[in-house]
Amino acid sequence: MKQRLDRDVIAMRAGKELKDGDYVNLGLGLPSLCALYIPEGVIFQTENGSLGYGQLLLEDEIEKADFAYHDAQGRFCALAPGMTFFDVLTSFAMIRSGRLITILGALQVSEKGDLANWNTGGDALGGTLGGGMDLAYGSKRMIITMEHSTKEGKPKIVKKCTYPLTAKECVDLIVTDLAVIEVTSQGLLLREVAPGWTAEEVQALTEPKLRIALDLKEIEL
Amino acid sequence: MLNKVLSSFDEAVADIPDGATIGIDSWGISATPQNLIAALRRKGVKDLTIVTHCFIPMIFPEEQAIMPSVLLPQMKKLIAAVVGIQYLGAGAFVKEYVEKGLEVELNTMGTLSSRLYAGAARLGGFYNPVGIGTVIEKGKEKRVIDGKEYIFEKPIKPDYAFILAHKADILGNLVYRGIHRGDHPVMAMASKLTIVEVDEVVEVGEIDAEHVVTPGIFVDRIVKIPQDGFGTSHRLRELIRTLGEIEASRKMMFREAPLKT
Repeated sequence: MKQRLDRDVIAMRAGKELKDGDYVNLGLGLPSLCALYIPEGVIFQTENGSLGYGQLLLEDEIEKADFAYHDAQGRFCALAPGMTFFDVLTSFAMIRSGRLITILGALQVSEKGDLANWNTGGDALGGTLGGGMDLAYGSKRMIITMEHSTKEGKPKIVKKCTYPLTAKECVDLIVTDLAVIEVTSQGLLLREVAPGWTAEEVQALTEPKLRIALDLKEIEL
Repeated sequence: MLNKVLSSFDEAVADIPDGATIGIDSWGISATPQNLIAALRRKGVKDLTIVTHCFIPMIFPEEQAIMPSVLLPQMKKLIAAVVGIQYLGAGAFVKEYVEKGLEVELNTMGTLSSRLYAGAARLGGFYNPVGIGTVIEKGKEKRVIDGKEYIFEKPIKPDYAFILAHKADILGNLVYRGIHRGDHPVMAMASKLTIVEVDEVVEVGEIDAEHVVTPGIFVDRIVKIPQDGFGTSHRLRELIRTLGEIEASRKMMFREAPLKT
């Protein structure tokens, strides 16, 4: 079996999309790893009301943890110069206003850039709704980081999402363990493939038809 | 001079009737007005509607902290954005209550805040672009404005707000600490009567006017958290240690270490 990229490498590749001065909101799980691999000067926002927060604490820093300083998921952070606090009403005005770049995880992304990432279906109480819909609607740019296929080997990039939607036509870029794919008005454009993988092999694990970029290349970090 | 300070939480919640709608902001354990929740539970009122951003199960001993979910047996309706924790089966913990008649109304985080603001500003509601094409639009009026689809959302106007702040003067001017601000300011503005629990009560003039976040006009009752109350710094410290011993919560609270290359 061919080697896929691991979570840290996906995070590193997504982190390359960011630059000094960007305001960024990171989702839980894999997206949150991107924080470790971003250029200096990126400013993080968290839905529960902070901008420009400092380093997230590691387990061995438990004695430094203060409940007044944590992100939306509850991960403790350090104070940092320039950091601000605000209420959740202000936070979501910020989120919906188109000023943030968002990196989220996904269960499915459709060829039109529809996103399903909060619930595997059946029951609204089977997932946690939270602020994902606000982020998906309001972001300046939406980057998805995820594994290319499910644990059962099924494609997560699909013609039409079968799981409950988070938002329609909101995704701009998909970074997976196999490829970097841009969502364009003409459909999905395969820009990069993982080392050792061909466009045909990626297509075989992707439900909608991919267009291949003329300058298709291997993912570089 | 006006003095809104009461000496006990029981006194502060004494007039709350059965069937009341109560805004209790809760995003994180320590950003939750725990002592007011405890008093409301002691009072035993029923058929409550609780409005909160996060409604999560108790995964720690009650002596260390309590959350709005301890009120489940007293509730008839929940209006929230997050119900449960994903790795603990999300909303599974409220299902036995749903079977017994609890109504659950889900909002996105931003929509919930906006509905509270609409309640505060006496708006008749608003047209919301978030949730189009999702379960959120079910049963709601839709309208196209300038070529774009929107969903109509109604205001929320709780009878009472339970909020938490760091410091109050006796007029109810409030300052918060860190992310504890949460949506306490809009909860206070939207509700008919606001009760705040605080770490510290000071005299008028001791809070710099430039630093006041919630002006006292939105605050009706103030209770200082006692040494043996919930949310004191020593109790929170114990709680962090407890949660640090549970693998799942430890993983949620602390970041993964960077890749070693």
